[in-house]
Amino acid sequence: MSLRVIKPGLLTTIQDLGRRGFQKHGVIVSGAMDTYSLRIANLLVGNQEGEAALEVTLMGPTFEVEEDCVIAITGGDLSPTIDDRTLPMWRPVYVKKGAILRFGRCKSGCRAYLSVAGGYAISEVLGSKSTYLRGQMGGYEGRALQVDDVVPFNGHSTILKHEWTESFIAAKWFVHAKEFLPSRIPVIRFLAGSQYEYFTNSSKLQFVDSLFKVSSQSDRMGYRISGPALELQHKRDILSEAVSNGSIQVPPDGNPIVLLADRQTTGGYPKIAQVITTDLSLIGQLKPGESIQFSQVTLKEAEQLYIQKEQKVKQLKVALSLALQ
Amino acid sequence: MSEKLLNTTSFALSPLGDSAVVVTFGNEIQYDIHKKIKIFMELLEHEPFVGFVECVPAYTNLTVFYDPLVVFNEQKHKEAGISPYEVVCSNIKKKLQQIETNKKMTHRTVSIPVCYGDEYGPDLEHVARYNDLTTDEVIRIHSSGEYLVYMIGFAPGFPFLGGLSEKIATPRRSSPRTTIPAGAVGIAGMQTGVYPISTPGGWQLIGQTPQTLFLPNENPPSLLQAGDIVKFYPISYEEYKEMKEERR
Repeated sequence: MSLRVIKPGLLTTIQDLGRRGFQKHGVIVSGAMDTYSLRIANLLVGNQEGEAALEVTLMGPTFEVEEDCVIAITGGDLSPTIDDRTLPMWRPVYVKKGAILRFGRCKSGCRAYLSVAGGYAISEVLGSKSTYLRGQMGGYEGRALQVDDVVPFNGHSTILKHEWTESFIAAKWFVHAKEFLPSRIPVIRFLAGSQYEYFTNSSKLQFVDSLFKVSSQSDRMGYRISGPALELQHKRDILSEAVSNGSIQVPPDGNPIVLLADRQTTGGYPKIAQVITTDLSLIGQLKPGESIQFSQVTLKEAEQLYIQKEQKVKQLKVALSLALQ
Repeated sequence: MSEKLLNTTSFALSPLGDSAVVVTFGNEIQYDIHKKIKIFMELLEHEPFVGFVECVPAYTNLTVFYDPLVVFNEQKHKEAGISPYEVVCSNIKKKLQQIETNKKMTHRTVSIPVCYGDEYGPDLEHVARYNDLTTDEVIRIHSSGEYLVYMIGFAPGFPFLGGLSEKIATPRRSSPRTTIPAGAVGIAGMQTGVYPISTPGGWQLIGQTPQTLFLPNENPPSLLQAGDIVKFYPISYEEYKEMKEERR
């Protein structure tokens, strides 16, 4: 009951919703970069939404499926195929033992999520299955997948029932992906950061008026974005303090860094902004070279957007549990 | 460390995004502030409010993470105007009144060996030049201090230490290094610390320790905790190699 890695792809790791409760020991949270896609991938195969799945980055891996199983692929479109036939995304798919599952060219987004009914048999470290690459902890031996790795399934799928002969059968129905993926130039909404007032008025204006480009120095820890250099009114060192998912720090060179899943727990650079929780998954689907536009909202708006989005996920959860019965 | 009574708590609350609130007790590195933060953190963890996730202490503040949805769902009347942030703030204000002002704190002492300079401390000469000192003077000053662990953060098990002598304080690098090896000992402004894992960072590196600080298979997973006292002592290149070998 497992997936065997034939080609590892650029970066394929096990991720769940992250490691919570150890940040005061400096333990990084990690977890999926696009949590909505991860949660939906799990719901589509009847798992708990926070179960671990494979996060596939930009250039696809190839797997041999070693046992009949039910999978779902969500997130960015990395041209998944089975035995060279296009594999439809955002729906449950019955896959036959021996099938070759291949991810190809990245058509949209940056990260795909591959879930399996019953979940992957990976042990937890400090309460989570997420891989933290720099700390070599969690996930599959604390690292990205390599050739010949065998990722085992738990094998407690409740929805694998009927017999079939094709290499795969995809459900006719699916979840509309549009709502969960970024548009061509995504608008990322933010709240003023803890040191917003330290920046010059012209930098505050440029932050919302300019397009910023995701640089090639971007990874799971954070995205460096380039645009007009952002300046402080007076040069000063601030004391290190906690940061969170989506904190936008500005080091002295003026190029902002959006802190993401593998971010440090604290930081010492001034924070100009804070990406709202609802929009973090959109950033996780951006690739180097793509552009972002920032737009400021109030805390109340951010809270309402979060609650509304969670209500949508809850409706989806109910609909999917009925569909899978 | 002298024991002083905490005067009535003055504090400020501010949001860190839509899922955390920062409780600030002051604006400088000070033992009394550290003590308030630690006492308040223990109080919160002992009796968490509904929706509490975790908290992270720093020099002057405590950041409290919460789940806005859990806080919202806990409200009896879910009017559209309800703000999880405001609910959490009012919980925190109530808790702040319970801070016991005359609690005693004990400190554990941990000694950490450091091989200073050369390939292990590429910025030692810069720190010396910046402060008009010789590299030996920088080493002597750094290894004669007693440092209080104000917070762990930035990387797993990374201690932020207070008590650095002004004589060797040096600003951060203008652009962070993309990789710093595990065990590197550095200075940033008035702070000093040790890198437990290989990670990017902007500190001035003056030496390297063979000691392991991040222990992922243990609970707590960090050698040091906020409130510990750290002392550094210099070791030779050979001693470093030997100690490193022993830890294999």
